[in-house]
Amino acid sequence: MKLTLAHLYPDYLNIYADRGNLAVLAERARQRGLELSIVAVGLGYPTPVEGVDIYYIGGGQDREQAVVAPDLATRGRALGEAVDAGAVLLAVCGGYQLLGRSYRDRGGSEQPGAGVLPLHTVAGQRRMIGDVLIECELQPGEPRTVAGFENHAGRTILDHGATPLGRVLAGFGNDGASGDEGCRLGNAIGTYLHGPLLPRNPWLADWLLARAVRFRTGAEPNFEPLPEELEIEAHAVAAGRARSRGGRF
Amino acid sequence: MAAEILSPRFLLAHNAAGANLVSGVATTLASAEGAQLGLFEVDEAALPGVAAQIPPRVLCLGNLFRDQLDRYGELEVVAERWRETVGGLSLQSRLVVNGDDPLVAQLGQSRKETLVYGIDDPRHAGPALQHAADSKYCVRCGTPYEYAAAYVGHLGDYRCPRCGQARPALDAAARAIELQGLEAVEFDLCFGEDVNRVRLRVPGIHNVYNALGAATAARAMGVPSDEIARGLARTPPAFGRFERVTIGDKTLVVMLVKNPAGANETLRTLLAAGGTSIAVVALNDEIADGQDVSWIWDVDFEAFAAQLSRLVASGQRAAELALRFAYGGLPRESIEVVENLETALDRGLELTAPRGELVFLPTYTAMLALQGIVAGRGYAKPYWERVR
Repeated sequence: MKLTLAHLYPDYLNIYADRGNLAVLAERARQRGLELSIVAVGLGYPTPVEGVDIYYIGGGQDREQAVVAPDLATRGRALGEAVDAGAVLLAVCGGYQLLGRSYRDRGGSEQPGAGVLPLHTVAGQRRMIGDVLIECELQPGEPRTVAGFENHAGRTILDHGATPLGRVLAGFGNDGASGDEGCRLGNAIGTYLHGPLLPRNPWLADWLLARAVRFRTGAEPNFEPLPEELEIEAHAVAAGRARSRGGRF
Repeated sequence: MAAEILSPRFLLAHNAAGANLVSGVATTLASAEGAQLGLFEVDEAALPGVAAQIPPRVLCLGNLFRDQLDRYGELEVVAERWRETVGGLSLQSRLVVNGDDPLVAQLGQSRKETLVYGIDDPRHAGPALQHAADSKYCVRCGTPYEYAAAYVGHLGDYRCPRCGQARPALDAAARAIELQGLEAVEFDLCFGEDVNRVRLRVPGIHNVYNALGAATAARAMGVPSDEIARGLARTPPAFGRFERVTIGDKTLVVMLVKNPAGANETLRTLLAAGGTSIAVVALNDEIADGQDVSWIWDVDFEAFAAQLSRLVASGQRAAELALRFAYGGLPRESIEVVENLETALDRGLELTAPRGELVFLPTYTAMLALQGIVAGRGYAKPYWERVR
């Protein structure tokens, strides 16, 4: 079976090794007999909807984000409908901010967001930079941790009743105060965690792939486990870093 | 390189050990009795403070890559602070900029008599702008640049197709570059019609950039071109920068890796010289290395991984590095994770054939630790004894 991933603005939003996330998705899919086809969606290209199982959007510097923000805002409806229908979406850092309703920069000017995720972001004075560890429960009764690195000036505030991706165990998270990290809406996930996100958190990559298969076929796949010694070790070290030095200005 | 060029003329106060924060500069000055000239390598974030307190006769701005975003937030933030620093320079200060870096070149345009250096040899351009290129968009209008030649990352001969913003004319250029494996690189050092052939004792295009920066800064100090060329040719390789260390019947070659653009260039140089089947790569995540290790995913390790039969992954984030290579195409059974640097060195030497060469790629603090280990065994001098 072939899965299709639409990668939004790969030329602009690629600052924190987003290609690492894509490499993990493609390789873990391949080992389950799935082919992951990646389509680039640049500025001004139409938003592909038919046949797309996963959307991916990464982060950039303020300059690049300002370039793509108006273009992304025009895609809000198409992306929102795809997410409503059950398509998988992963947005990291800047892409996460831009999928909210709005982003207010340090100068006070407000850029419209795509409005796909129930949140808005306001730039703060000090950047929140460091290792971070969160606990998620994407499958009820199965709490799992995600270890990553965050580097953002934006404080992201979730709408009342919106669901975070997880709770911060160590680090800043969405705004350094609420204890929330990221946002989850159906099969869409937004997060500040890069590093990149997926290599040392392979369970999350598998969750995204399983949701994509379910979206495509209607049936939950039964993935064979893969060797994960390196992943477990890398996760443990990163989690230790978050506990010892995360969440400090 | 700058120290080697300038030292016959001036008694230097120089932070040769690379302590490049305000404290390092202050320490050097405190013990600089009798010095005639201060020569300081300054950290990109420390530059505004240092330049404000010690008005420079010459300020040489090399390039801006996105290493260590975890310290400074964004490249633009650093560029903005440099812009303020340049704006605050006295009229007597001479500015030298790398014209091949769009952000840096732009800083030079606000001042008269800025000296611009760059490479002018499209035969050595990469096939395409690398993934690690950081400043791909016109500093004036945001349109992607068109490159006639991209040499290292985003460094090259660029032009904006929309507004015409382009690389400035070069006052100092490297032409007719000839790469000589891991041993050396030769080029014509051209100040206009004034041309000297230079052979550096270190390899790679990135070292041509280093040499151009040192040469142009020395030129701004009034040093004649032949004297500059002789100084460059004298400069010995440093530990971690392609110096060879003999250990028993084997040779250790250490190449520092610290950001995607630099690492890509090091790998390109290594592969052009024939590559290696065994390597030790060590990833630490101290502040000086970058606490955010995501940069390793922006390094083009794939071609390097393809010619390895065995990798020893080492350092504080050894497992993370092993994952990078596993997803870069190296089978997991070909990767050994050995966190401890000394054990990794011994394992690498054990895997190396007699009379063979072991390639060791450490990040900054891993390099310092490795140097300590090698010096402790009596094979190389510790850095504090190497500083002249």
